[in-house]
Formats: sequence, C-alpha cells, structure tokens
Amino acid sequence: MESRFRVLFLIVAMISLSGCAATKNLFGFDSREAPPPTAEPPGQVIDPEVERREIKEPAIDREDFEFGAFVGLMSIEDFGSDLSYGLRLAYHITEGFFVETTAGYSRAGKTSFEILSGGAELISDSERDLYYYNLNLGYNILPGEVFLGEGRAYNTSLYLIAGLGSTTFAGDDRFTVNFGAGYRFLLTDSVALHLDFRDHLFDIDLLGEEKTAHNLEGHLGVTVFF
Amino acid sequence: MSEPSTTIIPSTPPQTKSAWFGYVAAVVLQVFLSAPVSAADDELRTVTVADPYLEMHTGPGRGYPVFHVVDRGESVDVVMQRTDWYLVRTDNGKEGWVDREQMELTLRPDGQQVSFERADIEDFTNAKWETGILAGDFGGANIISLYGSYSLNPNVSVELWGSQILGNFSNGWMASANVVHEAWPEWRISPFFTLGAGYIHTEPKSTIIQGEDRSDQIGHVGGGFRIYATRRFLLRAEYKSYVVFTSRDENEEVEEWKVGFAFFF
Repeated sequence: MESRFRVLFLIVAMISLSGCAATKNLFGFDSREAPPPTAEPPGQVIDPEVERREIKEPAIDREDFEFGAFVGLMSIEDFGSDLSYGLRLAYHITEGFFVETTAGYSRAGKTSFEILSGGAELISDSERDLYYYNLNLGYNILPGEVFLGEGRAYNTSLYLIAGLGSTTFAGDDRFTVNFGAGYRFLLTDSVALHLDFRDHLFDIDLLGEEKTAHNLEGHLGVTVFF
Repeated sequence: MSEPSTTIIPSTPPQTKSAWFGYVAAVVLQVFLSAPVSAADDELRTVTVADPYLEMHTGPGRGYPVFHVVDRGESVDVVMQRTDWYLVRTDNGKEGWVDREQMELTLRPDGQQVSFERADIEDFTNAKWETGILAGDFGGANIISLYGSYSLNPNVSVELWGSQILGNFSNGWMASANVVHEAWPEWRISPFFTLGAGYIHTEPKSTIIQGEDRSDQIGHVGGGFRIYATRRFLLRAEYKSYVVFTSRDENEEVEEWKVGFAFFF
C-alpha cells in the first residue's frame, strides 16, 4: 500500500515540479499575450474590401498503407501440413522500409506417434487450432520490373522480412520469431499480389524435451494500397 | 414462302449460382477498386514544371528508369503519393512517378512555389502522435509491446501501452498508462524519464502444475532514449522498474529492458 502512494506522489511531483516551459503550456499558463490592436492610421479613408482569392489546393491522396488477405500452406513441426490463411496490414515508411503486422490461422494434424499408437492423443481437438500474430520490419531489397509480352510491364519487389509475435498452439501462447522473404507483384499502382515464405520459430516441450520448432509457411495473397 | 429458319438465342445466359457469385464479386471488386480513383479524379492537384524538365520514372523508387520527360511550362496532375514519390499524369495521359526533390521545383497554378510536406527532425520534436513496437526482457520472460503516444507539448507526452508477456512458466498481459518527460526534445538522441501505472494479468503455463491466474495493479518508473532515424522513423530503447502490488504480504519488483522502433505523424 505504501509504495502505491509513493508512485502516485511521484507522478504528481513530476508534473508539478518539472519546472520548465513545458508544464506551463500544459496547464495553459502560456506567457505569450495577444499583440495590442493597432490603431487605424487617421489618414486612411477607403477600406480595401477586395478579398484575397485563396486557392484551395486539393490534398494529395497518400497511399502508404497496404491491407489484404492471404491463403497458403503451413507445416507445423511434427503435426503435418495444413491450409493456413490470414490478414495483413503494412505501412510503407520509405521506399525501402515497411512495417507489417499479420494474423493467421492454421490447424495441426496428427503426429506420427499419434497415428502409430492407434488412439493416444497428445493434445485435444481444440488445442490443434494454431493462431498467430506478428509484428515485422521489412526491406525491399530487389525492386524491379517484369515484362509480360511486349506491351506490359509490372513493378515488382523482392523483400526480406523479420519480426516477433506470439503463437497460440497446444494450449499455450508461445513467443515466436519469424523471418522470410516475399515477392510483391503490382497489378496496378494500388493492387498487389504477394508470394511469401516464412519460418515461424517457437519453443515447445510437448514431445518430452524442449526444442525449437520450425514451422514453415508459404502463402499467396492480395493487397490493396490506401 | 417458307419461313426463314431462325435460331432462338436466349437474351440472357442461364445464370448458375457460381455465375451469380462471379458477377457479385466482379461488381464488389469494381466498386472497391474504382471508387477511390474516380473520387480523386475530380480534384487533382495541378502543378506546372518550372525546372528545365521533370523526369517520370516507371516506379516509386530510385532504381526505376526514367521513361518520359515533361518540359518546362507544361503542367501535370498529381494522382497520388507513396512514401517520397508522386504519381503524376500528363495532359496526354502518361502516368509516371516523380521524386519529391523534383516536385518541389514545380509551381502552383497561381505561380507560387509548391510546398510538399516532409517529415524531418523538427517533426520528431513537435509531432503530436507516435506509435511503435518494442520487444525485450521482462524479469526473464519475453515481452512484446505496442504503444501509442500523444504529445501535450514538446516536453511532455502521455502514452498507452499494451504488452504480451511470454515466459517459460507463465504468460500474461499488461496494460499501462504513463507520462513521459523529455528534457531536451530537440536532440537527435533525446533522453526521457517516465512514470506510470497499470494492470497486469498472469496465468501459469498449462504444462506446469496448476496455479491460479492473477490480476494485479502495477506502478512503474523508468527512462530511456528516443533516437531519430530518418523521415518519420525513430528508434527507442528503455528501462523500466515495475512494482507489482500483489495481494500477498510482499510486493514484487520486476525489471524490464526493451528496444524497438516507432514512427510519428
């Protein structure tokens, strides 16, 4: 209880005592005052009433965000491969770097132990659902163009991507590192196709000893820039 | 007179269920993809080339080749912007990407110089909103955090954090709010001091012998650095010391180290 009051006291003390111009602005004690109204020069008779025409410039449409969905295959170590699908949101910071978050779902099959032993189940049915999310940083390492026939050119980019996240699988949330590479194919300036390969790594001790599981995923996606 | 033989062609092809789906999907896609473009068509910003020429690249990046050049005095419409590149359309319908440095040498219809907003180190000091991702160590467990920040002024900002804690023995969530004070916000490497409070929820891992889920209040104090990288991008490293106000006799103390990146807007 005592330390709770100590923290509260510290917060109050910090705001009130930090003693810089910052806190004055915070509470509206800004020392700047409005300049006194200038007296009209006595000689002026005609008041110019022509209003200055303001050109309102339309805002430029910024398309730095990319949102879409993907479908693919995920191989869950020891548990076979199954369909995976999910959503992706990316923000392009520069022409090279982008941040991306993905959320996906896949489902584990049976281990060879479970198949050979007949009926023994290592995990329950609901624990076979695998959900993941991750937060990644990507870099467009090989931007380029591809040509279809004589008349068509499409912009493409090969990117490297890595990040952190969490995977819910076999009854636990597991800290997950993922990395991989992808290929972005821009159908138009605002619509892109993606082909991605990722390795999701997490620790699991379900089969006796703790080990790092490699879960490879390949997926195909569509995104729209907005 | 024999009647001319006619073949009756149904005016509409038989619509199967899958054809309907295809049609609906096409309409949805059409609306979805064309709506923003047609809306933007009405009010495009027009600029006049003032430099000897304006180079149009095939893509929004330095490596893409120049395929068309617009001469001085001609005007182009700006269709959209992606990072530091602008998609422009000429009078005869050619579209290409122009970088910011060249766009800044164009003129508005009234003859004034065009200004294109660009994030720099001043925005690093003065930007109102900031969001980022950090990861690190929370008392031996892994922690992944997402935060959003609002600046009351260049020196003081308030932040909201959401974190997921993934340990060997237990997992959990943490939410907290804190006040950040930066003494020298204009420095490229800006140190800060922070105080806050929040809430932590922990649950033991399923493979460990059953324990109970716990929810506790937390208070924390900490410090770190915001480091301006480029454009809207910054790096952040920080240390926080937490006190967990448990319902047991003694409070728990946890140390946290994190690094990550953020961007402001």
